[in-house]
Amino acid sequence: MYDFEYHKPGSLADAVKLLSADPDARPISGGQTLLPALKHRLNKPTSVVDLSGITELKGIRKEGDKLVIGALAKHFEVATSEVVKAAIPALAQMAGTIGDTQVRNRGTIGGSVANNDPAADYPSAVLGLNATIVTDKRRIAADDFFQGMFTTALEPGELLVAIEFPIPEKAGYAKMRNPASRYVMAGAFVAKTGGTVRVAINGAGPGVFRQTEMETALSTNWSPEAVAGIKQDADGLNSDIHGSAEYRAHLVTVMAKRAIAAAG
Amino acid sequence: MNVVTPFEGIGASVKRKEDLRFLSGRGQYTDDINRPGQTYAAILRSPHAHARIVSIDTAAASAMPGVVAIFTGADMPDLGGIPCGWQIHNKDGTPMAEPMHPVLAVGKARFVGDAVAAVIAETRAQARDAAEAIEVEYEVLPAAATMEAALAPGAPLVHDGVAGNVCYDWHIGDRAVNEAAFAKAAKVVEFELVNNRLVPNAMEPRAAIGDFDRTTDEYTLYTTSQNPHVIRLLMGAFVLHIPEHKLRVVAPDVGGGFGSKIFHYAEEAIVTWAAGKLGRPVKWTAERTESFMTDAHGRDHVTKARLAMDADGKFLALHVQTLANMGAYLSTFATSVPTYLYATLLAGVYTTPTVYAEVKAVFTNTVPVDAYRGAGRPEATFLLERLVDVAAAETGMDRIEIRRRNFIPNDAFPYQTPVALQYDSGDYTATLEQALKTADWAGFEARRAEAKARGRLRGIGISTYIEACGIAPSAVVGSLGARAGLYEVGTIRVHPTGSVTVLTGTHSHGQGHETTLAQLVTDRLGVPLAQVDVVHGDTAKIPFGMGTYGSRSLAVGGSAMVKAMDKIVAKARRIAAHLMEASVEDVEFDRGTFRVAGTDKTKSWGEIALTAYVPHNYPIEELEPGLDETAFYDPKNFTYPGGCHICEVEIEPETGITTVVNFTAVDDVGRVINPMIVEGQVQGGVAQGIGQALLEACVYDNEGQLVSASFMDYQMPRANDLPPVSVATHTTLCTHNPLGVKGCGEVGAIGSPPAVINAVVDALKDYGVRHIEMPATAAKIWGIINASRPAMAAE
Ligand SMILES: Cc1cc2nc3c(=O)[nH]c(=O)nc-3n(C[C@H](O)[C@H](O)[C@H](O)COP(=O)(O)OP(=O)(O)OC[C@H]3O[C@@H](n4cnc5c(N)ncnc54)[C@H](O)[C@@H]3O)c2cc1C
Repeated sequence: MYDFEYHKPGSLADAVKLLSADPDARPISGGQTLLPALKHRLNKPTSVVDLSGITELKGIRKEGDKLVIGALAKHFEVATSEVVKAAIPALAQMAGTIGDTQVRNRGTIGGSVANNDPAADYPSAVLGLNATIVTDKRRIAADDFFQGMFTTALEPGELLVAIEFPIPEKAGYAKMRNPASRYVMAGAFVAKTGGTVRVAINGAGPGVFRQTEMETALSTNWSPEAVAGIKQDADGLNSDIHGSAEYRAHLVTVMAKRAIAAAG
Repeated sequence: MNVVTPFEGIGASVKRKEDLRFLSGRGQYTDDINRPGQTYAAILRSPHAHARIVSIDTAAASAMPGVVAIFTGADMPDLGGIPCGWQIHNKDGTPMAEPMHPVLAVGKARFVGDAVAAVIAETRAQARDAAEAIEVEYEVLPAAATMEAALAPGAPLVHDGVAGNVCYDWHIGDRAVNEAAFAKAAKVVEFELVNNRLVPNAMEPRAAIGDFDRTTDEYTLYTTSQNPHVIRLLMGAFVLHIPEHKLRVVAPDVGGGFGSKIFHYAEEAIVTWAAGKLGRPVKWTAERTESFMTDAHGRDHVTKARLAMDADGKFLALHVQTLANMGAYLSTFATSVPTYLYATLLAGVYTTPTVYAEVKAVFTNTVPVDAYRGAGRPEATFLLERLVDVAAAETGMDRIEIRRRNFIPNDAFPYQTPVALQYDSGDYTATLEQALKTADWAGFEARRAEAKARGRLRGIGISTYIEACGIAPSAVVGSLGARAGLYEVGTIRVHPTGSVTVLTGTHSHGQGHETTLAQLVTDRLGVPLAQVDVVHGDTAKIPFGMGTYGSRSLAVGGSAMVKAMDKIVAKARRIAAHLMEASVEDVEFDRGTFRVAGTDKTKSWGEIALTAYVPHNYPIEELEPGLDETAFYDPKNFTYPGGCHICEVEIEPETGITTVVNFTAVDDVGRVINPMIVEGQVQGGVAQGIGQALLEACVYDNEGQLVSASFMDYQMPRANDLPPVSVATHTTLCTHNPLGVKGCGEVGAIGSPPAVINAVVDALKDYGVRHIEMPATAAKIWGIINASRPAMAAE
């Protein structure tokens, strides 16, 4: 770890001020991604701005037909929230499978979505549910937010404040874990919201993406069988010591089937 | 009277004495130790697998805050190389190639992680900062990253003086006899397999602190070692030229080793030498990435084998050709692992009359490879037990029947194998039968059918194995090239009030010696367990010792204690005879009580101990005061644990995920001192065996970069990867050591991998699978299933 300054602002405005004053400052939320990077000296921020004291980033609530989750909501909170479990059970279930107990009690939804690890869980829920990312400056549609491996529409210094999830009629999630890291090898989040079907795939590619062929098939026939014959193109998918692109492409179909079965 | 209740002696599952310390965070590990004025070392490591070091510029780094000193290989012209402890000879009688292993790289870096410079600074962070500021100019050379690449014509040479990258080309057995047997065979099975390379991953990373006292010229090294006396010898005599009486090596609590902490590593020499140069203590602690990159790895064999059989399935001959990866330098025991710990085990539990094995050891641009739990014996067992299954499949014989037909029968002991070893005892039929019964082998097909109805492929696999531990008579290992004796040392120190301190030259780093060894004393002397302490791991306290590896602590170290206790009892009986005015021959001793035979005249243990130290009424003319005895025990043979492991798996065809659903181990480890500890040792070994079989893949790419260099990419077994393991023992006693013990530390890791792979192959039998290389990952299994789908569909 290199030396850095540490700030703990009490308001969103103060945090934004600190971050905009210094392009090499970095926000820290649960620290489950940033801290290991700092420890491995892969990151050299001049200062670290701890978001944990900012009330505007907290809370889980239902607002009309939307579920709003503050950026600081920990995976454990999302997994166990009665509000989430009632509105989008698939999201609570997903949160309960991220990492391990320690990670779930530190890691936050804001940190995970802002980080956009291709093997992370949440991005598929955000994309599959067509959520809106609320920042300190603007509102960003999920389709515009994720821009490939570790890249998002967030500008330097821009803070993710909350995520607004439309409440779906049905939603389900299935994943196969990477055997070593336990992150996602291939996962599928399926949702039917206001009659529209979305299928978001995580883990398999360099970033979360929508599987439109499956979406079309499911629009007329919401069943695992509808996607069973749809082959994901292996081109461009990840290939590494844990599995080939072909294997991941195959898993995409398997996980999509399971996600639909789970959604009921 | 000294009655021990509850029973705490041999055979009692008493709780481990050391666990309160470990479970409450009171363990004292090397990194917990801090010396006054301590500095910190960071090692700058080569990012290249093979590179000429053109220049090293330390000027800027030296000027950084907190930097005390920076050393490179050029600063250590007088130091010896890191030695190899076992010299192997080639087929033609010439000695193996033994290139220099400098403490810090000189001229070339030979693997990713090779130590290039050492920075000593006031803090850990300052040392790392400065290490990053060192400018090294490398001329990157093509790397020989795999054995295949290293043996290819025109391959880059890891060591300029070692032609073809071959360390040695060794053999054992009689080639002519072997060939003649093949000529008469009714059937020959040919087979090739890989034994996958593993990263040991002890929970505690390696660490070392060097300390130097200028008033006495004494060095102290605190280190994460399984054998502090061996480190003192290797580092003191060969590398730093410090005589033993000026070098103390302390191996305090050590958090797991699995072999990887047997060896003498460069960092130990660096901190000790630097402490002397600087007059200040120097601490180095590995980060996890350094552990992956620099702890000696395990296994890494590529083998071709041929098995000759007669028409009845009796094995006639075995011919084995193995390539063994040594890595870039020879680690302490690397050379002995694929030879005397591997090829000598190739008879297995079978009567195969002739075995001929050829082993070529190969240098590559990877971290050194050395002993890892089982060391050679898992490689031999995996080869044999896969080969036997393939032979059964290809002759249409039952897997159990072919084993039974070839077992060494119970009346054949002592049994001389064609590959040097003489097995003293065993009952392979008994362990087989017990395992078959426990695992309900007979009921398996019903379970397979039930799984099939659920869409799962279920398979069962077996391995009947033998191993050799308690290494070994010094004269024998000496004649085979070992540069050390392999005896062990035990001191029994009886204190004036009768409590006992045991000093042992073995080292406990998870095995529970503080309990098991104390139980030996309780059993023999009748002293309650709470009054027996075991001390190990400090050359200043322990007379001598060869350490812990190869499941030798009880068989060799325990036997030394028995010899020392024999001396204690003999002396104590003389004291008792004096006190009771009887003749020594008439004094009987049984667990704490001395009795004049046939009378009710007795003396207690405590009275005799006190008399020995307060010798007012004492045969002082003929006997020295005190009750403190040391014995050296040199083993008469290896010990031969063996047994039967049965594994049952289920495969989900859609993903290829394998789940181990049942695991049965019936092991013959000789006399069992603490059944609970044996069960734990076997379970841990089986966990590592399942890890090797299904999960753990150490991968270097063609440039010699370690791809699996963190837990993000290297899969250690987790609790949910493991089934409940049924552990049982069936005892035949070792015939040549006083306790009848054989050893239990490695059996789990030796017997289990072939049982797992045999089960996986059995589960996939409808897919025409002959063999699957380890680890049998989900991706690999899905690939097999997927490739044969069209064929299946066509049926
Ligand atoms: C052992 C382990 C296992 C894990 N397993 C999984 C898994 O299975 N699935 C999974 O999805 N994840 C997994 N994770 C990651 C975990 O979920 C993290 O919590 C998550 O990736 C980041 O969240 P965080 O709150 O810790 O963010 P931090 O580490 O604090 O920050 C992550 C990044 O986001 C930025 N950031 C944080 N908050 C904001 C904000 N409000 N606005 C803008 N930028 C922000 C930071 O600057 C940083 O770049 C694992 C982590 C560990 C350590």
